[in-house]
Amino acid sequence: MARVEAEVGKRPEGVWGGLIKWIDDRFPMTETLKYHATEYYASKNFNWWYVFGVLAFVVLAIQLISGIFLTMNYKPAAVDAFASVEYIMRDVEWGWLIRYLHSTGASFFFIVVYLHMFRAMLYGSYKKPRELIWLIGMMIFFVLMAEGFAGYLLPWGQMSYWGAQVIISLFGAIPVVGDFLVETIRGDYSISDITLNRFFALHVIVLPLTLIGLVFVHIVALHEVGSNNPDGIEIKKNKDASGKPVDGVAFHPYHTTKDLVAIIVFLMLFFAVVFFAPDMGGMFLEHANFEPANMTATPEHIAPVWYYTPYYAILRAVPDKLWGFILFALSVLLPVFLPWLDRSRVKSIRYRGWMYKTALTTFVITFITLGWLGLQPATGTYVLLARIFSVLYFAFFLLMPYYTAKDKTKPVPERVVYHG
Amino acid sequence: MTDDDVDRIDRNRRHFLTVATVVTGAAGAGLASIPFLASLRPSARAQALGAPVEVPLGSIQPGEMVRVLWRGRLVFVLRRDEGMLARLPETIGELRDPDSAVVDQQPDYAANETRSIKPEWLIIEGSCTHLGCAPLEDFDPRPVEGWGGGFFCPCHGSKFDLAGRVYKAVPAPTNMRVPPHRFVRDDLILIGQDTGAA
Repeated sequence: MARVEAEVGKRPEGVWGGLIKWIDDRFPMTETLKYHATEYYASKNFNWWYVFGVLAFVVLAIQLISGIFLTMNYKPAAVDAFASVEYIMRDVEWGWLIRYLHSTGASFFFIVVYLHMFRAMLYGSYKKPRELIWLIGMMIFFVLMAEGFAGYLLPWGQMSYWGAQVIISLFGAIPVVGDFLVETIRGDYSISDITLNRFFALHVIVLPLTLIGLVFVHIVALHEVGSNNPDGIEIKKNKDASGKPVDGVAFHPYHTTKDLVAIIVFLMLFFAVVFFAPDMGGMFLEHANFEPANMTATPEHIAPVWYYTPYYAILRAVPDKLWGFILFALSVLLPVFLPWLDRSRVKSIRYRGWMYKTALTTFVITFITLGWLGLQPATGTYVLLARIFSVLYFAFFLLMPYYTAKDKTKPVPERVVYHG
Repeated sequence: MTDDDVDRIDRNRRHFLTVATVVTGAAGAGLASIPFLASLRPSARAQALGAPVEVPLGSIQPGEMVRVLWRGRLVFVLRRDEGMLARLPETIGELRDPDSAVVDQQPDYAANETRSIKPEWLIIEGSCTHLGCAPLEDFDPRPVEGWGGGFFCPCHGSKFDLAGRVYKAVPAPTNMRVPPHRFVRDDLILIGQDTGAA
């Protein structure tokens, strides 16, 4: 926390320097830039797993900009919504691009965030002293899920309508207050124009504001304790004479330059989807949603968008409404407790034993399989498989205190290590 | 402030005032939130649009079903033929609540073997009691599978018989809901209102 006026030292000369000084006397501009960028030291040995935070920031920007432009032509009313989306696609100049940026951005947001979370699990980034960063991150994830859900109702297609019907009905499983709660969320006796109107308000104001606020505190908390690294050692414990961590390099220009490469690669993939496969074969934009909402007929096969399907598979695996809801909610909530479930002495997978490595590998397979099962019909073998993998999902978290404490760990080095 | 002043601070009074201020403020904030929360409830217009709907029955043939909307909710009006009614008792062993014991799911006048006012006419909300999908009609019996005909929910596989009674071991917990309704005439029903029923 070396935010001292004396350190601000060398300033540019001339008019430009004068302007900067004028601002710095009134607003901590140079100081903030130093604290968060040019003198924020992150480990030298970051690997590619460390680009997803920045990429999430890039997707957030894409979503905010494309979203603002969509609202200029979209109409949040049941009679107009579907037609206004078609109008954007067909009649608005470049409207198709703006909408596909937004719909592709939604899926990429989850891809990036899931990988960002997996990175934390690989290198124990949620462990002390970064528990709060993880908690804020989980809150970001929940808001993101709500944001995606509210946004999915807006095109007012068949899947918008029936998907919302199913998810809102989930709250009806809560004893006593369930029905009252469902009616209050919908603001009507069924999902209607009123529901669409308020979901629009949530999607474009409440949730994005919350999201931006949470991202801000996520970064403030990160810069307070410092970034983790693939070795899971605290670089702040080893500083040179000037007080700078010997294993750290400044976020700007070193990490930002590397991140630029990641951003370019990311944008190549992103635009490949935007231009050539915006519906991703029904994964990013479900086929049933190209039909306007019809209250009298549920689509033959109803499934949420891919990023919710692991949890949805768990919901469907339970042949009881209330327990289905409880286990569904639990499956979403359990990762919150990772910092306290993990009892290992080391952070990084590099120094963990076979037990955690096996558990994490099984978990990845489980999560992907559940995601796939959530897209399949709820029949016979699929339900059986969903039950087996649901058990594995919960076992990963609930047995964690046992196997992480028991696991044989390797000694952690003093300094960061490079691999190739 | 001198030491003398500090000594004269009545800490109990200060604590009391702090607590009183916080409690009053919290109560005010709580009361101020009521209009905002209440605005989320169904509006007067939504309530008006939720008025009862009339359904003429004259053109519905035995074995036929029509779908109507009441309060934006799907309602099935099924005219059960004699075969359908005869099959109702056959699958009773497979059902979770054959006697309509869960009171919330139907008005008293529909808590009978056929879950209806007149055995022939089934008036039922077309909403699966699991998560609200619209069940599909699957009226043909398949005795081999223990299926007496009824409704099948495509979302999560819940099954109901021709009186909307739920099968065992499916995710839906209760029978399909019978909305309040009454016969205005023999060939006209009113869905959404049952006061003054004969």
